[in-house]
Amino acid sequence: MFTELNSILNTSPDSFTRGEFILVSDRHSDASFLIHHFLSFYLRSRCKVCFLGLVQSFCHYSAVSQRLGVSLTQAKEKGQLVFFEGLKESLSLLIPQENNTESEAVNFLRDPAVGLRSLYEFVRSSVNSSGSVEEGAEEWGPPVLLVDDLSVLLSLGVNFGDVLDFSHYCRSAVCSELQGNMVMLVRCNGEEEEDDGDEETEALLKGLTHQCSLNLHVQGLPTGYCKDIHGKEAPMELKPWLPGLSLKK
Amino acid sequence: MNCWTYEEDRYDSYSRMILKYFLAEGVVCRHELFVATAQDTPDDILQELPAPILDDVAVPKPVEHSRLTGELQESLDAMKIAWRYQNLPKVQSALASSSRFGHYYDVSKTMEVEIRQATKCHLFYLPDHVTPPSTAHRVESYSALLRSLQEVIHREGFDLAAPMSKSRNILRVGLHSMGSVLWGDDLCCHDKPRHSHALTTFLYGLRALLRSSLSVAVVTIPSHLIQDRALMGSITRLCDNAIALESFKGSERETNPLYKDYHGLLYVRQVPHLNCLASQLPDHKDLAFKLKRKQFSIE
Repeated sequence: MFTELNSILNTSPDSFTRGEFILVSDRHSDASFLIHHFLSFYLRSRCKVCFLGLVQSFCHYSAVSQRLGVSLTQAKEKGQLVFFEGLKESLSLLIPQENNTESEAVNFLRDPAVGLRSLYEFVRSSVNSSGSVEEGAEEWGPPVLLVDDLSVLLSLGVNFGDVLDFSHYCRSAVCSELQGNMVMLVRCNGEEEEDDGDEETEALLKGLTHQCSLNLHVQGLPTGYCKDIHGKEAPMELKPWLPGLSLKK
Repeated sequence: MNCWTYEEDRYDSYSRMILKYFLAEGVVCRHELFVATAQDTPDDILQELPAPILDDVAVPKPVEHSRLTGELQESLDAMKIAWRYQNLPKVQSALASSSRFGHYYDVSKTMEVEIRQATKCHLFYLPDHVTPPSTAHRVESYSALLRSLQEVIHREGFDLAAPMSKSRNILRVGLHSMGSVLWGDDLCCHDKPRHSHALTTFLYGLRALLRSSLSVAVVTIPSHLIQDRALMGSITRLCDNAIALESFKGSERETNPLYKDYHGLLYVRQVPHLNCLASQLPDHKDLAFKLKRKQFSIE
């Protein structure tokens, strides 16, 4: 995790606000590094983490987390991390086989009109299992839901209204009911004010911005491309296209 | 395990050339190939592969004891030049450099049939496959292609889950002109296409297959025909590397003295960050390309 970002947000693995929905967004940039930050942050905080990794394989997240000092494999084995590998689960629906069971959590791939209820049921069962502790098992802190990323659901044909409903139900269950935290990534195309821009993604971003407690937005430099950009305090080196980190609360 | 997309230039000249370079490199490196097309047959593309430029490596032949003295002396002389190779198996000189990273090709010549046929190729030509009618959110030709690719991956042992004892190789997947009308998609026909998410769903499935196998894909897309510009952003993000080619052919830049040394512009839309926190970005984003007989230069 990035200690500089913790300092800016006035938070640490030992002391953070519960019940928060943190929206991470980007435009002409890639904010996925913040997902890795929060993943390592909440695992170090000993929270029970449900991670919907929809765009990369488990190996990718594991390799990066290893460098950030956290082992996802161990976290899974101990029962601290529930990892949903969207790519792997999707194949059972995109290429149905006779002997394979289809993953119901991604049943929207069969027909996007059904919405994300099954995916929400998966999240619900994952975070609720933190309540029932087996004898001898470790006890974990509040539940956390991480989603990387919501925009890919729009690319797969899910209506933005269904995605907003999904985030609302998840927030209600995780943040309000269980006093846990939620971090979701949304990636935007084009400019905010463009007429022929991506209307669905913009509408989703506006809706989620309204729901969230904190929005971390990563954007490219208005002056254009620059290979080496360093943050003001130097330690957090933001690579090109990632220098504009704005915080909205 | 990753996916390259190339936004085709207007006449699909240079993007097709890049695809052929990718497949030719697979032949020289003794990888297996999977080629899928909807317009020209995969064989048409394979027959156009450029000829690799041969190294000047002596090819030793085993000494044959039944030879006359003169011939024996000649072969012994050859051994003096290439003595370090005398215990190596006899190889064709074209493949002698296959352990090197990257090779050069002569685009004025096509690859010899013998070299090409030594490579195992799996071909998918859409008109040969009977597919059910597409629905609003599913283009059946894409489903058939995913199924065919998955079958090859499982059957030929490219699956990461396959036992490690079997000798492993790489599968190079070349997919031509995805999103075009010939694949049954209407992305290039309407600004509000009926199958607006079929190609992105296909690319998601392709990504899933690539991540779970020892394969790498190059996909060319006629982006200049796709009218929904917002969709290109989604397509780009579903791939690891995304490059766009803009040819000067037929445009006013063709006669612009500023571009006289080049054939077109190359845009890096996305670079990968597989297993990394962030991407390694190029030094410059203003790039131009030139196709020479023995080199495709990017400057």
